[in-house]
Amino acid sequence: MSDTPTARPASDLPRYDVAVLGGGVAGLSIAWRAARAGLSVAVVDPAPGTGATHASAGMLAPVSEVTYTEEPLLRLGLASLAAWPGFRAELEEDSGVAIDHRADGTIEVAGSADDMAVLDELGAFETALGLRVERLTGRECRALEPMLAPSVRGGLLARDDAWVNPRLVVRALLTALSRAGGAVVLDRAVAITPSGGGDLRVRRESGEEIHAGRVVVAAGARSPELLDGLPGAPDTPVRPVKGQILRLRGPRGFLTRCVRGLVHGTPVYLVPRGDGEITLGATAEELGFDQRVTAGGVYGLLRDARELVPGVTELELTETTVGFRPGTPDNLPLIGPAGPPGVVAATGHHRAGVLLAPITAETVVALLTGAPVPEVARSCDPGRFLP
Amino acid sequence: MPTMPTTPKTMHTADPQAGVFDDDTFVLAGEKLGSRLIMGTGGAPSLEVLDEALDASGTELTTVAMRRLDPAARGSVLDVLRRRGIRVLPNTAGCFTAGEAILTARLAREALGTDWVKLEVIADERTLLPDPIETFDAAERLVADGFKVLPYIGDDPALARRLEQAGCVAVMPLGAPIGSGLGIRNPHNIELIVEAAGVPVILDAGVGTASDAALAMELGCDAVLLASAVTRARRPALMAAAMRAAVTAGRQARLAGRIPRLRYAEASSPGRPPVGAVPVTPVS
Repeated sequence: MSDTPTARPASDLPRYDVAVLGGGVAGLSIAWRAARAGLSVAVVDPAPGTGATHASAGMLAPVSEVTYTEEPLLRLGLASLAAWPGFRAELEEDSGVAIDHRADGTIEVAGSADDMAVLDELGAFETALGLRVERLTGRECRALEPMLAPSVRGGLLARDDAWVNPRLVVRALLTALSRAGGAVVLDRAVAITPSGGGDLRVRRESGEEIHAGRVVVAAGARSPELLDGLPGAPDTPVRPVKGQILRLRGPRGFLTRCVRGLVHGTPVYLVPRGDGEITLGATAEELGFDQRVTAGGVYGLLRDARELVPGVTELELTETTVGFRPGTPDNLPLIGPAGPPGVVAATGHHRAGVLLAPITAETVVALLTGAPVPEVARSCDPGRFLP
Repeated sequence: MPTMPTTPKTMHTADPQAGVFDDDTFVLAGEKLGSRLIMGTGGAPSLEVLDEALDASGTELTTVAMRRLDPAARGSVLDVLRRRGIRVLPNTAGCFTAGEAILTARLAREALGTDWVKLEVIADERTLLPDPIETFDAAERLVADGFKVLPYIGDDPALARRLEQAGCVAVMPLGAPIGSGLGIRNPHNIELIVEAAGVPVILDAGVGTASDAALAMELGCDAVLLASAVTRARRPALMAAAMRAAVTAGRQARLAGRIPRLRYAEASSPGRPPVGAVPVTPVS
């Protein structure tokens, strides 16, 4: 791929069945599953796994994240949560990398009586939706997680929620993809153009091109840069939602479950890893691609976390990270054909990219191979935003 | 920023639900507004839900917190408002000092091209109650700087009067703390503020459900500002429609004039005709 890129006949270009633009958890999952299904695949990304996936906490928590008006997202999340154990088993088998998948549930706690009133209403909503949640007293919460503050008023236990370490997931996916014969092109894709014979060309920042039968755009919040302006594609309704997130390190077993909390109406979460790391997040800011870690962002997260788990202030603060969730107007992802024939979008996963990786990969591979698309993923058809 | 020409107050309201019994256009800082419901955007689960709720509310003016918003970012809440033709009222939510609030207001004016600002200076994070001294200080300086200032204040008639004298174009007393949904805790003070005010009084904060909004209007407020009551409802668009109807109903009731509260029953019929009533001729 060192030849001069321009004006080469299409037959000389490296050609793949599928080019996946974006090597976050969505793109890599799609590429791995597509390679497993026998397609030749290349992922194009200058630094795979360093975007939103790198920042993300990896919660697989559709139950405790449910919100009024978002039942389609809940159904999608539940389907993907159910797919995770099988996805994980095959991923760990294919890669030999353990991804710290834990299914010990989420405990969601209230910092005050007002927060408990909100949680009680949430619990009633979850129960009405047929979800498994248990109402706990403050003492019951602390029996499960002794590091919780005595002031915790009570909480909800969502036993079905789980979590993974997204950075290990990326490492596993890269290994599994490579073992399945997939390629990773360490470059940025800048444009998609039609080519002869129904194929597509992907122009890279280096100026070189890749030739592919199909192109999957999985570039998260940057996806509009590739999709906008393609024939048949309206402006892609994806925007960056900035999140600041912290990583702490402490003794193993400091927390055993994923702890989410509401502190004076503001949500906060702490996600423990097997190696003692705790991910503490996250802000949600409509500030475009603002890369700055701010004093107020870090302060607010630590202040609220300390209210629920006073011991966090004794932990080592090892990392502050900014990531950009790809938000959509309805908080559902865009998964499906977008723009000219052969282009498939897999973006807009907002807060749930890791959770939705299995269902996203299954849906996109179904589209690529002509298999039936999962019914639950029909709500993600990008066509819903066509005028 | 689309600005409408200033015209006299003689125009039927644009809201068909408001009825045409009176010329009753709401005029704020010289601009006519077809709705007396002002919306906030905080707490909406998604932009789409917010969009539907704003549509159902019929609002023509919506306040947006500027402190953590990039006005140039695509697909933001500002896009939703622009698409709907809803005027933006930038606010200084999250500021604790007059200095921060003034800075935020200036950034908003530059970014959005409007000199309207909902001035919000918070005393503490727990109650989110407004700090009267910082608010007054900021209001004076913003008015001097050419802003149309709409200050968020406690339900304090004396402070409301002072802010009006300082040149604010409206006063926005709270019904109860932000997001509490506790309704109007001191209707008497709201009445006192209304009685003395020469600028519009907009009830801001505390509305939990439709009857709270109707009560604000019955007490004589010129408009109601609310967000959480709609955005955090199970069905935000339905609650927005309810608020729209409540504001209209409350306004009509205010204009119609409520009957006195009496200790004992007073039969409505038959009996003596009320003073001034035309006797009905029976048809045989």
